[in-house]
Amino acid sequence: MGRGGSRAAPAAAAPPWHALPDEVWEHAFSFLPAASDRGAAAGACRSWLRAERRSRRRLSVANCYAASPQDAVERFPAVRAAEVKGKPHFADFGLVPHAWGAAAAPWVAAAADGWPLLEELSFKRMVVTDECLEMIAASFRNFQVLRLVSCEGFSTAGLAAIAAGCRNLRELDLQENEIEDCSIHWLSLFPESFTSLVTLNFSCLEGDVNINVLERLVTRCRNLKTLKLNNSIPLDKLASLLRKAPQIVELGTGKFSADYHPDLFAKLEAAFAGCKSLRRLSGAWDSVPDYLPAFYCVCEGLTSLNLSYATIRGPELIKFISRCKNLQLLWVMDLIEDHGLAAVASSCNKLQELRVFPSDPFDPAGQVSLTERGLVDVSASCPMLESVLYFCRRMTNEALITIAKNRPNFTCFRLCIIEPHTPDYITHQPLDAGFSAIVESCKGLTRFSVSGLLTDRVFKSIGAHADRLEMLSIAFAGNSDLGLHYILSGCKSLKKLEIRDCPFGDKPLLANAAKLETMRSLWMSSCSLTLGACRQLARKMPRLSVEVMNDSERACPLDSLTDESPVDKLYVYRTIAGPRSDTPSCVQIV
Amino acid sequence: MSTSSTNSAASPAVSGLDYDDTALTLALPGSSADPAADRKRAHADHDKPPSPKYAPFTFSLKHESSARHAQLLMVITLRTVPTDLDAAPCATTCRARAVGWPPVRAYRRNALREEGGAGCKLVKVAVDGAPYLRKVDLAAHDGYAALLRALHAMFASCLAVRGAGADGVGRLVDSATGAEYVPTYEDKDGDWMLVGDVPFKMFVDSCKRIRLMKSSEAVNLSPRSSSQ
Repeated sequence: MGRGGSRAAPAAAAPPWHALPDEVWEHAFSFLPAASDRGAAAGACRSWLRAERRSRRRLSVANCYAASPQDAVERFPAVRAAEVKGKPHFADFGLVPHAWGAAAAPWVAAAADGWPLLEELSFKRMVVTDECLEMIAASFRNFQVLRLVSCEGFSTAGLAAIAAGCRNLRELDLQENEIEDCSIHWLSLFPESFTSLVTLNFSCLEGDVNINVLERLVTRCRNLKTLKLNNSIPLDKLASLLRKAPQIVELGTGKFSADYHPDLFAKLEAAFAGCKSLRRLSGAWDSVPDYLPAFYCVCEGLTSLNLSYATIRGPELIKFISRCKNLQLLWVMDLIEDHGLAAVASSCNKLQELRVFPSDPFDPAGQVSLTERGLVDVSASCPMLESVLYFCRRMTNEALITIAKNRPNFTCFRLCIIEPHTPDYITHQPLDAGFSAIVESCKGLTRFSVSGLLTDRVFKSIGAHADRLEMLSIAFAGNSDLGLHYILSGCKSLKKLEIRDCPFGDKPLLANAAKLETMRSLWMSSCSLTLGACRQLARKMPRLSVEVMNDSERACPLDSLTDESPVDKLYVYRTIAGPRSDTPSCVQIV
Repeated sequence: MSTSSTNSAASPAVSGLDYDDTALTLALPGSSADPAADRKRAHADHDKPPSPKYAPFTFSLKHESSARHAQLLMVITLRTVPTDLDAAPCATTCRARAVGWPPVRAYRRNALREEGGAGCKLVKVAVDGAPYLRKVDLAAHDGYAALLRALHAMFASCLAVRGAGADGVGRLVDSATGAEYVPTYEDKDGDWMLVGDVPFKMFVDSCKRIRLMKSSEAVNLSPRSSSQ
């Protein structure tokens, strides 16, 4: 790369490499897929900056308030695929005020203006309105991919605009959004001539869809690879849909429950037998173990199985999973219990990612026998396991130390012990030793969530050892300011830190103010912060936006409050866009 | 949360509300008006604000202004509180749920509840005169009293509670006119029944939807016994 050569000038007088035309660099940079590499290249010199930004095709804006949409469009005029994320992660759990912000509209408007050739748009945790969707449908001639994850604010009317207006749509991927049902038959608005769909995911839609329209759509879209249905599609219709789309690679069945009928069973079995390419399966399956054998023929080929909304349990579930010898991803409910995970451990040796969700998160007792044993077994027998999300009710340091020894290749380790402050249930000690072992052993750890009874000692380990850690989630842990100080003064690669209900105060925040500018964002709620510290932080660090939120969704005039006033929710993020102007009354920028 | 020592019925009963029993604060049932004793408490399945933990953000109305604020859209807290909430000393050690804990996404929580298996029974609630319907999860409450409080909280702008007896069960009345709402429900057979006749569990099983009827329309239903 960069030697002059055939493109630039006649062989006699090749220009020095630093004077090569931009097009050469743009071509060179097209071989750098990672945004971080492109960003690094852009930082080298002005000509590379120019060449890189003008040829950037994919843009990922991890915090929609870190830069203005106009800045993004101006800086990267050739973008074809954009992804924008909005609300902080804790918004998923109701900690962020409802009207906090993250409107997609300014981004859609700027894109419509500056990126007419835009093909892909992805929004996560943002407020997307029907008007946004209408604008998308109207503004981009070659729009192909729309992905909305954990968004809200739109209805089936917006989907109708997309269906009617996006002639070249390939992917419509709606994941866990809150969609208002206007009883508009949006599916019918895909024209009869429309055949380009490759992905259709409407699993989060609550209302009914017209099954005949769906069947016709599926029939004519011969390239359909991903189909994820919602709960309104009954089992017999599933069978006929599968017969129309045997090429399918990923299937979400919607509600998979019905009374047992041998005819229906035979239909389903035959339909699945025809799906030779099926690799990924999901669905909200109720306890109808009688139908599980209908899937047996696809088990061998499955690489991904998401049963996290399935309330099936018992030997039938285990028999089913045990046949899935090639699973790389498994999401289940804790109904699988320890003995089920033992079966997974012995059958699914290629497992890379395991998530175990609580079936009854608010029951303090826990009727289900899922303990540390299950995780120990899986970590012992699955050599490629690198990502875990595990909800359980008890844990020991010994188990965690064993897991750390078995699996030093964890990149993502998230353990949620459901009751806050739960100690090691055998020794009654804090779980510091266990979590420290994980962080010391897993050198490649990038995401970590801790829980249970923890003192400042675990944070000392994390600060010292978690060099590659990018995202850390802490709840009900630590015993003094030192805990936070260890994290902020260590953790070289930290990007996102989210903390709730910990006794961390002003001192470590102010002492490590500069660190915050190297991070994407910091969330602290129900800690021991005061308004004075936030004011100081904002004064000291002008490139940070310091947002303070009060508890009660009511306006509170910040100016009248003293420095000693406690702050319940703090969200700090670096930004080049200055303070945002769309804060609701319950959010104040200090 | 009011106690009778901080409020007295200074004004004559306006709109039929009994000010001895209620005070208007921005808080959930179970939180006290005294900031020092406040505990963070919230229903994990609502977006209601947890009890004000810090003085600057507490907003409570004393009795003098109660009359003027009777009509406002605020969460009206009830006098009677389950005793276990009173006993909990502080946020970090109390057994009640903290907001957003355990960290299960709202989408998943809703999906789990609607599974119906572990016990979730979402039914529509219509209140005569209200602009839109709500849904309430019958299985999330352990008795008629709790359900009444939930309904009351949902429709706080047009409902008030009167006559809360020792067991905490009162009557729902229109906050403007004082006219009583009769809680009725449609059962499995499609008949409209009066709420409260059968044991709560049986009611949860057979109830398909709830309607709070204005008394004037409820002529055909038998009068409620005051013990409920």
